[in-house]
Amino acid sequence: MKEKLAEIKAKAEEALSAAKTAEALEELRIKFLGKKGELTAVMKGMGALSPEERPRVGQLANEVRDFISKELDEQKSKLLAAAEKQKIKDETIDVTIPGTRPKKGGKHPLTRVLDDLKDIFIGMGFSIAEGPEVELDYYNFEALNIPKDHPARDTQDTFYINDNVVLRTQTSPVQVRTMEAQKPPIRIISPGRVYRSDAVDATHSPVFHQVEGLVIDKGITMADLKGTLEMFAKKLYGEDTRLRFRPHHFPFTEPSAEVDISCFNCGGKGCRICKGEGWIEILGCGMVHPKVLKNCGIDPDVYSGFAFGIGLERVTQFRYDVTDMRLYYENDVRFLDQF
Amino acid sequence: MKLPLSWLKDYMNIDGIENAEYMHKMTMSGSIVEGIENAAAEIKNVVTGKILKIEKHPDADKLVVCMVDVGEDAPIQIVTGAPNVFEGAVIPVAKHKSTLPGGVKITKGKLRGVESFGMMCSTDELGISEERATGILILPEDTPIGEDIAEVLHLNENVAEFEITSNRPDCMSIIGLARETAATFNRPISIKKPEVTENSENVTDYASVEIRNPELCSRYVGRVVKNVKIAPSPEWMQRRLKSCGIRAINNVVDITNYIMLEYGQPMHAYDLDHVEGKKIIVRCAEDGEQLETLDDQPRTLASSMIVISDEKRAIGVAGVMGGANSEVCDDTTTILFESANFNAAAVRRGAKGLGMRTDASALFEKGLDSENCLPAINRACELMTELGAGEVVGGVIDEYPVKKPQTVLDFEPEKMNAFLGMDISEGEMKEMLSRLEFEVKDGKVYVPTFRADIEGMADIAEEVARIYGYDRIPTTMMKGEMVAGGKTPRQKLEDTVRENLAASGLYEIITYSFIDPKENAMAGIPEGDERYNFVRITNPLGEENSVMRTDMTSSVLKTLRTNHARRNSQAAVFEIGTIFTPVEGRELPDETKQIALGMYGEYDFYAIKGILESLFEAVGIYGCEFKACGDNPTYHGGRCARIYKKDKYLGIIGQIHPAVCASFKLDTEVYAAVIDFEALAELADMSRHYAPLPKFPAVTRDIAVTVDKTVEVGQIVKIIEAQGSDIIEDCKLFDIYEGVQVGRDKKSVAYSITFRSAEKTLTDEDVNPVIDRILKQLEEKLGAQLR
Repeated sequence: MKEKLAEIKAKAEEALSAAKTAEALEELRIKFLGKKGELTAVMKGMGALSPEERPRVGQLANEVRDFISKELDEQKSKLLAAAEKQKIKDETIDVTIPGTRPKKGGKHPLTRVLDDLKDIFIGMGFSIAEGPEVELDYYNFEALNIPKDHPARDTQDTFYINDNVVLRTQTSPVQVRTMEAQKPPIRIISPGRVYRSDAVDATHSPVFHQVEGLVIDKGITMADLKGTLEMFAKKLYGEDTRLRFRPHHFPFTEPSAEVDISCFNCGGKGCRICKGEGWIEILGCGMVHPKVLKNCGIDPDVYSGFAFGIGLERVTQFRYDVTDMRLYYENDVRFLDQF
Repeated sequence: MKLPLSWLKDYMNIDGIENAEYMHKMTMSGSIVEGIENAAAEIKNVVTGKILKIEKHPDADKLVVCMVDVGEDAPIQIVTGAPNVFEGAVIPVAKHKSTLPGGVKITKGKLRGVESFGMMCSTDELGISEERATGILILPEDTPIGEDIAEVLHLNENVAEFEITSNRPDCMSIIGLARETAATFNRPISIKKPEVTENSENVTDYASVEIRNPELCSRYVGRVVKNVKIAPSPEWMQRRLKSCGIRAINNVVDITNYIMLEYGQPMHAYDLDHVEGKKIIVRCAEDGEQLETLDDQPRTLASSMIVISDEKRAIGVAGVMGGANSEVCDDTTTILFESANFNAAAVRRGAKGLGMRTDASALFEKGLDSENCLPAINRACELMTELGAGEVVGGVIDEYPVKKPQTVLDFEPEKMNAFLGMDISEGEMKEMLSRLEFEVKDGKVYVPTFRADIEGMADIAEEVARIYGYDRIPTTMMKGEMVAGGKTPRQKLEDTVRENLAASGLYEIITYSFIDPKENAMAGIPEGDERYNFVRITNPLGEENSVMRTDMTSSVLKTLRTNHARRNSQAAVFEIGTIFTPVEGRELPDETKQIALGMYGEYDFYAIKGILESLFEAVGIYGCEFKACGDNPTYHGGRCARIYKKDKYLGIIGQIHPAVCASFKLDTEVYAAVIDFEALAELADMSRHYAPLPKFPAVTRDIAVTVDKTVEVGQIVKIIEAQGSDIIEDCKLFDIYEGVQVGRDKKSVAYSITFRSAEKTLTDEDVNPVIDRILKQLEEKLGAQLR
């Protein structure tokens, strides 16, 4: 019987190593280990053995069975691994074929930059104020210390609806409305569309956007104005940005200033973007004129404040290198797709 | 404002100040210098020459060949076509390898086969005249030969170009800029008081002045000069005028212009013999009054303007331009100088009304200093004597009905420091103010009369700050009460809408808020619709931008048209824009917002509908109904729906009607939607509440029913959901089939219905009765048959 078992083992070993498929392995399992299998037949015949021989042959039979089972399992996992390998190989794709993309959309470049500005000022405790675009002459001009017959009111600049109503030429009327409606402390920015009667070309548009800011509180100083705008400019254009305040004149602020930033492209050495000057003008600002405060019912002896105005198109131009203002309003999707 | 830097030397020492430093410091103290130009800078190798001989060109009738002495060993040959050359003429010669203004390079060459070693120049070629000259510039006979032309013509002059802000009319003058220069560089300035040599006669025997409307003319100073000899003004005066952009005419006119530049005080000279009654009257013009101005144009005046007249007729528009009838001419012998102060607003109205803005009106309309009238006119008389142009009659006519008191303000150094956020000593402040000719004494600031812009502490503070240097003001952060900033819920909603639509593959657009009134009709808005009630612009750029939009549809369609015309294969865009609706009895219109969507390319009705459904979900609006709408002419009658949430109208969606597409030149299917942002804002609910995740499994059943083709699937869903008690979790349409198998006029609609209970695992006994009810109801209400 021992010989028989050894023979089975040898046969099984040979057959198993030759098996190439999972089906063949299953057949071999049945052939050797199945109920009617060869090993089972041997084990069944053990009853005929002497009691002394039985345990020894039994042990041997068990060993042979374990051996075959183990070989079966090993062979099976080998085959599985090979099959999986083959499957992976068969499923190989060309990874250089372009991906399938979701439809792309996006915010307008002006909106993107405006969002950045809003974030910066909201971080400094500002709220966002809005107001009408068709505005009373009073709010757009008179309350801002620009009386009738002031040179700044030339008809060639302003679109009129009638003698008392204009398309706002600045978002400053929102500041006046805010001051009328709200007591200090006030910290707002008023972004929005403004209108000037300019024919369309690369640098002019009859519709454009301003972001104006207003702060009113006790003890607000011109140094605070400089500090606030410096923080804004550094956040927008980088920590190395330097500011230059130049005296200027606006009817609604006193003192007034124009602000240049050191050219973000060349750092102030002079280049194409700053036209060789090293500085780029980005905004106008000043301390709110006492007359404007008075017009809005705020006592200039108690409160002071500052205001500033930023041209959104200009800031966006520098951000994205857009050289022609018309692109913003044509809305060619090939343009809009670039941001 | 142009300032020849050499002119400053009349009043102060500017030695050692480089151009770059001058530009920078003046700009930083508030007088913006846009640039310093030198007309000679571009002229190189151009000299004076004398034409020795002129011969005909052998092959060209219009050309001549000249031999020109340019101060070298031998004369050079130059071919020219200029008609005014003659032998002996002294002319500017651009030699071989020379440059002219505008970067023009001159080299030797051949003209019709004859060699030419340079070019003779005209005034425009030398950049000293804007106009095209007809011939070569002929110089005086005694001009030395071979000299640098820039030296000979005194072109080597640095001229600074200033941008003067409207609050500083005093800086629209050489003296004003000298004052600013002196204050900026802290150098002494001396402005000489004019000394007039006058005869013993009395001006009142020659003329008189009457101001009828003192509110329009606060001061009128007149002086008379007799025995006037009209002649060209001297070269130095002409040169200064020219540097400042003013053309020389004759000594009298040039003097008035010179004074305007030097003092910033416009002046006028009348031929006194043509002033009827020798009387000047300052009054309002009469409506329709006629006057021919100096530029030979007939003008019709209006009562809002100030006119200068004699006893009979108008002889000038005050502050704008004189009349032709009293113009100084070659035969003029007696003149009356006018140096007056006219009301700024009235001059502005006059200039605007007549459409003629002059140098004088530009000055007057900013508001001038009455105190300047007398020194200015005296300086003019001083120059008349100096030039030998006439004999100044003794005495001055000085009508001064409205004298403005000097502005005196409190000197408040502490307040100013607090306002500026600085710590400048009182003494330093006083010193800086004195440089600007402000006098500080006994706690008061005495403001010079030429500074009408100074009205209060803030103005004084600006003076101190700009002289001290804005760059020396520290940078600090605001102190004081904390303020909670941020966006309002409505502003956040707008952000959400924008982000959602962008994520759905749409590009945000920004279009003009004004449109062509015809656009609404092009967009199919029916006649008589309230959207034809526009806010109109009285002075639009053109008809195409003349009304404020009342609907966003055309804005989106125009954008699609642009993209389509540029052959972009598809475009999907949106805009959150304002529309403007006039309101009866109110001055300002209603301004509300719409969200407009538009797209062409790989889109259909369900694509745009899906975009909106996703948007509504993003802003927390559930259960919107899309009601078929066949009566909106903007849209395809069979592919359009109005959107409601319960009874609230939210907007409209659909395929744009082919006729509307055609009017926007869009030969493709276009889908669009217009959502009322205000309604959206009202319904939006951005709050979110967590619902526990289900503990028990769901049961899913698919049903397919056959209904008439005309049945809307929306009706089926409603019926299904109504039967579900509380166990229908979801009901998804997964197939619509039309074909022979279901019969003509029929369609098969298949739904996958998900049931779930929060309390237990559902069984057939729970679900089957609901399915039965659904099928029964569908059959009863829609005639649906189970497939």
